[in-house]
Order: sequence, then structure tokens, then C-alpha cells
Amino acid sequence: MGTALDIKVKRANKVYHAGPIQIINSTIEMVKPGKFPSGRTEIPFEFPLHVKGNRVLYETYHGVFVNIQYTLRCDMRRSLLAKDLTKTCEFIVHSAPQKRKLTPSPVAFTVTPETLQNVKERALLPKFLIRGHLNSTNCVITQPLTGELVVESSEAAIKSIELQLVRVETCGCAEGYARDATEIQNIQIADGDVCRGLSVPIYMVFPRLFTCPTLETTNFKVEFEVNVVVLLHPEHLITENFPLKLCRV
Amino acid sequence: MAVFPWHSRNRNYKAEFASCRLEAVPLEFGDYHPLKPITVTESKTKKVSRKGSTSSTSSSSSSSVVDPLSSVLDGTDPLSMFAASADPASLVATTDNSRKKRDRDDNSIVGSDFEPWASKRGEILARYTTTEKLSINLFMGSEKGKAGTAISAMSEKVRTRLEELDDFEEGSQKELLNLTQQDYVNRIEELNQSLKDAWASDQKVKALKIVIQCSKLLSDTSVIQFYPSKFVLITDILDTFGKLVYERIFSMCMDNHSILPDHFSPENVNDTAKETCLNWFFKIASIRELIPRFYVEASILKCNKFLSKTGISECLPRLTCMVRGIGDPLVSVYARAYLCRVGMEVAPHLKESLNKNFFDFLLTFKQIHSDTVQNQLVLQGVELPSYLPLYSPAMDWIFQCISYHAPEALLTEMMERCKKLANNALLLNSVMSAFRAEFIATRSMDFIGMIKECDESGFPKHLLFRSLGLNLALANPPESDRLQILNEAWKVITKLKNPQDYVNCAEVWVEYTCKHFTKREVNTVLADVIKHMTPDRAFEDSYPQLQSIIKKVIAHFHDFSVLFSVEKFLPFLDMFQKESVRVEVCKCIMEVFIKHQQEPTKDPVILNALLHICKTMHDSVNALTLEDEKRMLAYLINGFIKMSVNRLAMETRKVMKGNHSRKTAAFVRACVAYCFITIPSLVGIFTRLNLYLHSGQVALANQCLSQADAFFKAAISLVPEVPKMINIDGKLRPSESFLLEFLCNFFSTLLIVPDHPEHGVLFLVRELLNVIQDYTWEDNSDEKIRIYTCVLHLLSAMSQETYLYHVDKVDSNDSLYGGDSKFLAENNKLCETVMAQILEHLKTLAKDEALKRQSSLGLSFFNSILAHGDLRSNRLNQLSVNLWHLAQRHGCADTRTMVKTLEYIKKRSKHPDMGHLTDLALRLPLQTRT
Repeated sequence: MGTALDIKVKRANKVYHAGPIQIINSTIEMVKPGKFPSGRTEIPFEFPLHVKGNRVLYETYHGVFVNIQYTLRCDMRRSLLAKDLTKTCEFIVHSAPQKRKLTPSPVAFTVTPETLQNVKERALLPKFLIRGHLNSTNCVITQPLTGELVVESSEAAIKSIELQLVRVETCGCAEGYARDATEIQNIQIADGDVCRGLSVPIYMVFPRLFTCPTLETTNFKVEFEVNVVVLLHPEHLITENFPLKLCRV
Repeated sequence: MAVFPWHSRNRNYKAEFASCRLEAVPLEFGDYHPLKPITVTESKTKKVSRKGSTSSTSSSSSSSVVDPLSSVLDGTDPLSMFAASADPASLVATTDNSRKKRDRDDNSIVGSDFEPWASKRGEILARYTTTEKLSINLFMGSEKGKAGTAISAMSEKVRTRLEELDDFEEGSQKELLNLTQQDYVNRIEELNQSLKDAWASDQKVKALKIVIQCSKLLSDTSVIQFYPSKFVLITDILDTFGKLVYERIFSMCMDNHSILPDHFSPENVNDTAKETCLNWFFKIASIRELIPRFYVEASILKCNKFLSKTGISECLPRLTCMVRGIGDPLVSVYARAYLCRVGMEVAPHLKESLNKNFFDFLLTFKQIHSDTVQNQLVLQGVELPSYLPLYSPAMDWIFQCISYHAPEALLTEMMERCKKLANNALLLNSVMSAFRAEFIATRSMDFIGMIKECDESGFPKHLLFRSLGLNLALANPPESDRLQILNEAWKVITKLKNPQDYVNCAEVWVEYTCKHFTKREVNTVLADVIKHMTPDRAFEDSYPQLQSIIKKVIAHFHDFSVLFSVEKFLPFLDMFQKESVRVEVCKCIMEVFIKHQQEPTKDPVILNALLHICKTMHDSVNALTLEDEKRMLAYLINGFIKMSVNRLAMETRKVMKGNHSRKTAAFVRACVAYCFITIPSLVGIFTRLNLYLHSGQVALANQCLSQADAFFKAAISLVPEVPKMINIDGKLRPSESFLLEFLCNFFSTLLIVPDHPEHGVLFLVRELLNVIQDYTWEDNSDEKIRIYTCVLHLLSAMSQETYLYHVDKVDSNDSLYGGDSKFLAENNKLCETVMAQILEHLKTLAKDEALKRQSSLGLSFFNSILAHGDLRSNRLNQLSVNLWHLAQRHGCADTRTMVKTLEYIKKRSKHPDMGHLTDLALRLPLQTRT
């Protein structure tokens, strides 16, 4: 019986490639050599997950470039004439909740044509004023992201307002580092020309499989951001970006 | 076998009657009566308090039996208790130990006085229709190739990846264009079915996809006039889905055969079930688009019960806020309606969310008149007056949910808030549709004022008046306002140009008019309707409404003399020119007449009108008419004949004190003739027979002898048609007993029918006998013989000098023949024939299996002879002795009956003129059973 933990940090274009880093590997013997009675035999077992050296036990995470995976392998060695048997399965690790209390960090925002960057011809933009706030950018991963948004005024009709959850993976090694942002969820919070002056709730549940507590190690980082995206008629796209810090309490 | 001559016993009916009469004994009513209502005494309370004990304190007297039902209802009816404390504040005050009980009550708040969604469905589907082409756009699985992908800020790479993740099956895109409304409905029904199929075959993800795609259709407002119906169809699917998910998780909670109680708490839910439930919520929370995410989550709102106690009460306000993100006001108000619907079903006590929906809606009310909406209407070519009513079903529903058991103060506040807004006709209409009728009725004059102030170009006024009228039909406005209300309303209604709008309004207001005013006002209203509906034959398109007007009028005017004196009533009927509708209306009128006309009527106006109505019904019957329809019509016409024509004739007779003048005689004959020609149209054979007999009796009573003969002959000729089995309440039953009953009745009548001078003696009896002879009787049945015995009784009665009864002013055979010997001889000859038949039959019963029948039949014949025959005749005497022996021969006779019979004979023999019975009694030995 053995436990193996691989951390594979890989990059598709193979420029930066780091082989799997093993942070845990322990083996226990479950049954002494001998013979099983016929029929079904169940063998209870348990062992603590001790980390190698001063490494940290990260949460299970499956990203595009970063994968944190824990597997459990059971080997049964048999006599010369019979083949050995092996079975492997993945198990999920959630880090123990952090003891400290989360301090909320609310953030308010106002979006007008003037606050925008990356605009080619500001004069061509229709006039609008959008206000809002996020209740906190420090988020508990099991709790939704909440806030409010008010379209105070807008010349152009509104097509849609969306929340885009983006994950940023950064990996670094000897050759340099790579940073890649991927959208992992897009939630529409307004559809069509919403009523002016009436607050629309910002509400998004973090998807369980694609998020983990924000992670920073020497080799790689997994971070999250949310974009508030407003689409105006006919083809205007306004984005306001907010970095988030996810944790588990 | 020898022929036995018949000698009838001479009877003195008067003396017999006098001797048979019982002495009047004053009856005393005791205290005890088994049918007396059960009186509940105080012992009941004791019993309730001693629930556990088995000893009963209330067994002393029968009058103090505790009614188990009423004892349960004692004081603590959960519903009424709740209604009494509908005020939420008092609810909060309830202490913890009653919490369990309260939880149970919460779900039963919505009582039967809350009009359920199901009853609105059909109405909406029928009302919001379109002839335009519809389309359904479904993207199953992937969003590949979707034209508007630029809208989403997803990068190409991510999309491909998500697709791979999502593609549990081949991503299929279906776009169905050019669907007619019916196609659309069918498609949606197919989707509903495939949802169920997917679920049944454990394809939960596919099921979810179907639901998401369906709710996505609700964001599409093209062909806007169909939107309300689309909402109904699609929310049906959502309801199905919500139910499936709930039941699935519920079934997961069952471990070891223990079923979760209906009012479970989250602690009783096992982890697997909770996890599954949570998975659903996570999956739904990640739906990209707002509208499907909202609808799907709302559809499984009830599932929050598995997760936490407060789940629903947290979820509802959040979903309510979520609707704010929906820009299109129509889409948004329907989303709110759905949320209220689900909320009302799952947690009716959470009133705040309902109210919040209402007030949020008021905040966005101005959206309806925004540019975005106006542009859309121009694009679709829809006018504002036809756009605004599209809101009504949703608003009515929301208003109804809020106003249900709501305190007066809330209603007043809501109304005030509505009043303040511009273009508020739409709101007014929903207030009138949803609020308690009493609330509206007491403020009728206010409403009329507000309606008048409304903008002409907006919400149609006729709909407003219609809504007001509906309230007034249910609740009464203050007495002093009533006439003014009618005048004000009708002033506007009568100006409506479109006959459809007009009649929809008028239909409603007729009820109010009938309820509170006299025939004069009703007449005016009917006249106005005729005036509006006659040009261009507008009535052709409005038969249902016109029919409903008639129904309302006849529901309020039960007195047909008043009804027909409403001058415009008959002209109104003339508007029903399509035959099927006309017949329907006639049926309604006849039904009411039969139901409510208590007194026989002789008003020629009524009768003439009703005859006309019956004629219409009668004429409508043709070869294609359904059996049921025929039966219905027959019942109605039948009722009328029974009720009026025959009664009418009898009434006339009464009025004329039996002496018909020429005029009344002619009238009575007309009535009789009417019956004669109508009866054959009836279906039920016994109905016809009885009616012939009944009509014949009436004719006889009115000295219409030849008519009476005709009826009786018709009845006789109908007898052979009586089938062996008849259908009674859907079951086939042998008809013989009915026939026997009818014939006995018939014989009684035949006694007094005088012979026709041109036919032979007793021709009706003879004819009837022939028919009985030829009728195919059931094998192994003695009915024929029983009938013959009855004939014997009849003939004996006929040979008396004075008959038992007479019809006033009709000479029966007794006075016609005056005991003529030839008549008596004829009579006796008939008797002989009949007796021969009976004896013949008795002989055939001499087989083992029939001995019992032989015995009982023989005894009955014996009794007949004893009662009607003259036993001084030797041969009859001998016959009776033979019969006595026959009855006892095989030990089949009941000894007690035989003893009683013998005792009776002995008793009779003590009467004067009955001495000969003593000898007879001596010749009748009693057989002791061995």
C-alpha cells in the first residue's frame, strides 16, 4: 500500500516545463503476508498525510496549466505464478479552514466614459453613468460574491450586464514565467435595457470544480478576478476588473 | 284439463271499505326516536380530555352519543384558527411549543378561496392567441455556431473547452421556424414529454438542458401577443421539472423503509440527499443567462427545504431582486408572476416577498412606456391598447397573491400607490381583477371616476368596465349608489363601437342589472344589446356571450310570467340563429323551467313561448343526433309535458268545474293532441308507456274519449316493443318487472274506460291480452301468469254492478251496460280463457326444479279466487280445493302462510253471506311437514 502525490506543473507549449513535484509519499503495510480467507475481505486503514520537508499540502486543484492531484495506490503482491494487482484512485484534499476571520474589503465603483482606459475615440461613446459596489473582494469560497449595480443613466440601450470570473495561473521556473487568464464562469445579471436608477443585484456562486483558495507558491500562482462587463447597443463593451482573494474559512 | 267457468263474487265496495277502515288511534310521540339528530352533551369535553383512556363517560343514554366528527372539530380546526389569526404579527407571537403546529398550518394557509393557477391557465391560453408564425430555437449542449457569440465575453479557447465539458451528448441545435400556434403548442408538449423521458431514463443532465432551453424561450418577445400563452406552456414544463427534482431528492431521504414525513426538517435529510440537492443548486447557479437561471432556480425553490430551515425565506427575496435585472417589462412581470406562483405554493406565509414584487414592479412601471418598448411595438406592428392587456394575466396573479387574506390597510396602500402613477389603467384593472370583490364594490363610484380619467389611447376602457362589472356581480355596492353606478357604466358601455368589446362588457353587467333591478331595467339592457348586436349580424360572432346573458337573466328571473313579460326577451332569443346554439339556449331555459316552476302554470303566454321552445328542440333531433343528446332533449320535453300540458288540461278542467265549454274543450284537445305527437319522440320506452297512460288518463278526465282510446291503443301497440333488457343507470336490467308494474297500473285505468260503441265488448282488454300473449316472455318466468292473475282481478271488478271508482262525467261500462247479461257472459268467457292459460302454465311447472314455483303460483291463484271468485259455484270451489292441494303437494309450501290463510278463511266465513266458506275450510287440510 502506498500513497503518492504528484504536483504536475506543465505548460502546453513546452517552453516552460517542470516535471511533477512530489510533495508527499508515504507507504504503509496493510496486511502481513499470508492468505485471505475465501469471500469478501475488508481491510480498514488510515494514515496521516505528512508533507515532505517544508512543503505545503495544497488543495486539490485542476487547472489548465496547474494541476494538484492526490492519488491513492494499493498494490497486492502475489506469488510468482500470479500477477501482482494494483488499483489507483484520486482523493480530494480541502485544506483545513484558516483560523483567522475574514476581514471584508468592500469596493465601490463608478463607470463613465471618462473612467475608461483603452478607448480609441472617447467622443464616439454614448454617455452613461454606472455605479455599484462589491460587498467584499476577500471572498469565502463557499459563499457567493455579492454586491449591487445601478445604471443611473445611459443614452444607449443596455444589452446585457455580466459577471466574468477569471482565473489567472502563473508559473515560473528557471527560464522565466508564464501568466495566463482563463474565464471559468460567466453569469449574466441583467438582460436587456434595465430600469434606470434601480439597483440590480450582483450575485455569483463560485463554481466548485474550477476554483480553489488563492494560491501563491514559489513555483506557481493561482489567482482569481472578476470582471463586470456591460454591453451597450449597438456594440460597446465596457469592463471593470476587480482582483479577488479567495479563501476557505 | 276441464274448463272452469268463472263466477265473480259480488262486491259491496262501500261496505268493504267501511269494514276495512282502521280505527283512528291517537299517536303518541315518545322521546326516543332513532332518526332524531344526535344531541351532543357536555360529556364530550370530558372524553376529549381523556384521550388516552378507553373507558367512555358517555355511554349512559343514546341521545348523548358523541359524534366523532364533531368532536374532532371542536374548537381547534386548524384552518379556521389560522384564518382567525391571519395577522402576521399575531403569528410571530405564538410560542415555541406551538411551533410544530404552526409549521403544519403554514402550508395550509392557501385555502379553497384562493383561485389556483390551474384555473387561470385555460383562460390565458384561450385568450392570448396569434395567427403569426412562431419559432423555437433550441441549442442542446453546445453554443457552437450561435450568431450572437460576440455578446459573451468568452474567449474562443475557453468556449471550446467548456463545450467539451458540457457536451454530454452530441450538441444539437434545433431551430424550428414558421410554426403555427398549434405546432408550437405541440412542440412544447413534446419537450415536456422528452423531459419526462430523459428523467425516467436517468439522463438528468439532458433533462436540465431541456428545461434551460425552454426557459430561454421566455426571453424571446417576438410575436408578443402570444407571450402570455407561451409563459403558461413553458412554466408547465418548469413545474414538471421542479416536481421531478423534489420527488427524486425526497425519495433519496428514505432509508430503511422509513418515509420522511411531509413536514420534515433538514436534520432528517441524509447527506447523500443533501449533496444531490446542493449539486442541483450549483449546476443551476452556473447557468450563464439570467432568465433561464432565474426560472430554473425558482422551479426548484421547494428543494431548499432539504438544505436548511431558512433556505426558502432567504432564496425568495434574492430571486425577487434578481428579476430587477430583466430589462423587458413584460418578461419581467411574468417572471415575477412565476415567482409569486411558486412562492405561494411553497411558502405562502412569506408575504414580504410578494409585496416586494409588487412594489418593485411599480418602480419599473414606467419602463412600459419607454423607448425600447415603443420601438419594439412599432417593429411588430402592435398597438398600445392591444399590448397593455398582455400584462393583465401576470399582474392579476401577483395582485391576487398579495391581496389574499391581506389586511384592508395593505390593499388601500396598494391602491393609493397605483393611483399616483401615470397611465395607471393597467394597474386599476388588475386591482379590480384581483382584490376582494367587496373591497371594490364599496368603492365602485371611485373606480368609475378613475376609469373615466384614464387615457383613451392606453388600456382599453371596456376591459376596465368589464372588470368592475365582474366585481359587482359578486359583491354589492352601497344601496344608494346602485342606480348611479349602472347609469354611469352603461353610458360608457353603450358607446362602445366594436360589437365584440361591447358584448363582452354587457355580458358582465347584465348580472349586476338582474341582481339589483327590476324587469324594466333588464328590458332596457336587453334592448340595448339587441340594438348593438343586430347590425351586420354581429351576433353571429358572439353567441357564447349572448348565451351567457340569457343564462344570467333566467338565473335571476325564476318566475316565468315575469320573464316572458320582459318585452325584449323573446326578440333577444331571435338573435340565436345558428341552430345548435338556439337549441342550447332552449335547453337552458327548459332546465330552469323544470327546476323552478313549482306551480302548474296556465299562463297562455308562457305556454305558447315554451311550446315554441320545445318545438325548436324537437325539430333539432335528426339522424345524426347523439344518443345522449336525444335523451337530454327527451328529458326536457318530457318534463315540460308533465309539468304543463297535462297539468294545464287538468287545471282548465278545474277552472271549468268539469263542465267544459266549447272553447276550453278545444283547448284541452289541443293539449292532448300535442302530447300525442310529442311522446313518440322520446327515447325511453317506459317513459313513453307511462306518459301514454298518464296522458290517456288526463284525456279521459277531460272527457276526450276518443283521444284517450288513442293513447291507450298506442300504449298497447308499444308493449311488444319493450326489450327484454333495459339500460338503467348504465346497467342492463331485465325489464319484466317494470312491464308488470306498468301493466297493473294500466289495468286499473282500463276498468273505467268505457267501450267504444263501434268496437266489440272490452276491446282494449282483448287487445292487451293478445299483446301479452304474443310477447316473448323470459323462459322460466311466471310474470305472464302473474299478469293473467291481475287480468282476472280486473275482469272481476268489471263484472260488478257498480265499479270501485269512476271518472267524473265519464260513464264507464257499469252504467253503459248496466249489468247486461251478454256483457257479463263475454266477461266470464274471457275469464275462462285466462284461467285456462293459468292452469296450463301450472301444469307445465310439474317438474322437479319448478315445483316451488308451482306451489307459490298455485297459492297466489288460490288467493285470487278466494278474493274475487264466487265460491258458491261448485266447480270454482273444487278448483280452489285442488289448488290448495297443489300448493302443498310437494312440501314446498310455507306452513305458516297456509295456516294464516286457513285462519283467514275461517274468519271470513263468520261474515254474513260467507257461510259457504265454512265448508270450504273443512275441505282444506293442512299438511304437516314430515
